[in-house]
Amino acid sequence: MSIRRRTLLATLATLGALSMTPALAQAKTDFKVAWSIYVGWMPWGYASDAGIVKKWADKYGITIEVTQFNDYVESMNQYTAGAYDAVTLTNMDGLSIPAAGGVDTTAVIVGDFSAGNDAVILKDGAALADIKGRDVNLVEFSVSHYLLARALDSVGMSEADVKVVNTADPDMVGAFQTPDVTAMVTWNPMVSEIKALPGATSVFDSSQIPGEIIDLMVANTTVLADNPDFGKALAGIWYETVTLMVSDTPEGAAARAAMGAASGTDQAGFEAQLAATKLFDKPADAVAFTTSPDLGKTMDLVRTFLFDKGLLGSGAASADVIGIELPGGVVLGDEANVKLRFTDTYMKMAADGAL
Amino acid sequence: MRLINIKPGRGTQVILACVPFVLLALAYVIGSALRLAENSNDKLLPALSTMAQTINTMAFTPDKRTGEYLLWSDTLASLGRLAAGLGISTALALILGLLTGILPVVRALMSPFVAFVSMVPPLALLPVLFIVLGLGEVSKIALIVIGVAPILIRDLCLTAMALPREQIVKAETLSASTWLIAIRVVLPQVLPRLIDSLRLQLGPAFLFLIAAEAISADSGLGYRIFLVRRYLSMDVIFPYVAWITLLAVLMDVGLNALRRRVFPWSDLERGQ
Repeated sequence: MSIRRRTLLATLATLGALSMTPALAQAKTDFKVAWSIYVGWMPWGYASDAGIVKKWADKYGITIEVTQFNDYVESMNQYTAGAYDAVTLTNMDGLSIPAAGGVDTTAVIVGDFSAGNDAVILKDGAALADIKGRDVNLVEFSVSHYLLARALDSVGMSEADVKVVNTADPDMVGAFQTPDVTAMVTWNPMVSEIKALPGATSVFDSSQIPGEIIDLMVANTTVLADNPDFGKALAGIWYETVTLMVSDTPEGAAARAAMGAASGTDQAGFEAQLAATKLFDKPADAVAFTTSPDLGKTMDLVRTFLFDKGLLGSGAASADVIGIELPGGVVLGDEANVKLRFTDTYMKMAADGAL
Repeated sequence: MRLINIKPGRGTQVILACVPFVLLALAYVIGSALRLAENSNDKLLPALSTMAQTINTMAFTPDKRTGEYLLWSDTLASLGRLAAGLGISTALALILGLLTGILPVVRALMSPFVAFVSMVPPLALLPVLFIVLGLGEVSKIALIVIGVAPILIRDLCLTAMALPREQIVKAETLSASTWLIAIRVVLPQVLPRLIDSLRLQLGPAFLFLIAAEAISADSGLGYRIFLVRRYLSMDVIFPYVAWITLLAVLMDVGLNALRRRVFPWSDLERGQ
């Protein structure tokens, strides 16, 4: 690409950005939801294909357009830029991307937490301590980076004891097979493929920090406040789909097979990934998890990690710069700048059968 | 007077050249102000003052973790890769281009192969390169060489073949050997063209460099852009894009100046 062409593209991108208006607060009937491929988010794609989305949207007299993104980061960026009303993301990315970008965001559904889907894998090493001095390939500043920090912390080491090399997630499996890669942190489905390679040992995984890597469906707080029906519809779609997905019936098996195929594996592969995921298929469990004091402790660990890495904004004076509201109105950090909110409102409605 | 005959004066030319730049800057400032009025933490179109602050952090403040000045260490890493890639490509082009241009036997041997290789889309080969050559520097440099060298070779070969046949015959009548003709007749005449085609390949070379750095690296201009992309840090991305463009423009101007200095006659040939 010539320099001139690149400048032209940059110009077009700027003009495109100019024409994008931030989501305006008002009652509306058309909503856009973005999701990306991950075991805990596959129900969204299935719900869209199986007509469950339309069923709940019709019930509340709205329309919901569900779009799959091949690129997780791009889906979050689009949401932050205001092009989507809701998106699937992890608790950590929710804080560092939309919340740090000034977009007030509410977690409508706490879908699951990773209980083995993320892992630290060594080549020719039996224990985590063997990681000392190695180059570690991972997606920098992602949940993998967080997992590495927590893993090193658990054996009294710090990031200074290793060297982090940023590597794109689609290339992880291939990269592990090259001689100069000896340590890696990544997530499923890559983890299960890498663990099957000769010489690979998983020395630490997210089941050792249960409940810290949480997968959410978040929505713009203003949009949600003006349109509570949108939140209700999302909760309705989610619990109908996961109930079907975990059921031991031919329909449930068909749903798992379809989700497995959509994520590039099969029913057995998908069920193996589900086993490493603590899915909240019952709304009451999700409410209990969200309202437990542990969530506050987790978010404190996460915001401290993000602050240490400079990801809460260059002007951030402390980890308190962004307020995180927990159910019950407790605020972690700056109460005047609450940008990430956890609520059990919609999940509780589902639990009470009030949808 | 017809529009086709109206030529701007020197001053008008400068002003006209500035107009698109000013308009772009103006559009940016207005758009940024609008978005920031809506949400003061908006990251998409950061204010110029935010960008200035970020530039200060990236370029003139040592990084907390490594103690390095990030912009400079990134620039150094990227330019090192670029120099190695372009250097190897140029050397290959000189040797292979000259050989295929001068010797019909080598041309018969190499020309179809080089033509074939030059059509391979280098980015499509990237996953293969990373497996075969590892994630280190070698695969990044190899990507630049694969992308740039075949085109340089073909261009040099075509330039050598386009030289008037009479020159070669004349040199032969003066009893010059093949070696002497290559070194004294052909080489000096193709070198200015080599510099020009290198200039034209700067853009693709940067493209390949950034693509390789986006996939796996621990420093570099492309690495930084794709790292902060995750956080929508346009205050880092915009200055980095401007800096890369500036570097490429400077290289282009520098190479052109080199050509004029070393081969002053090459401008005469163009009737300039």
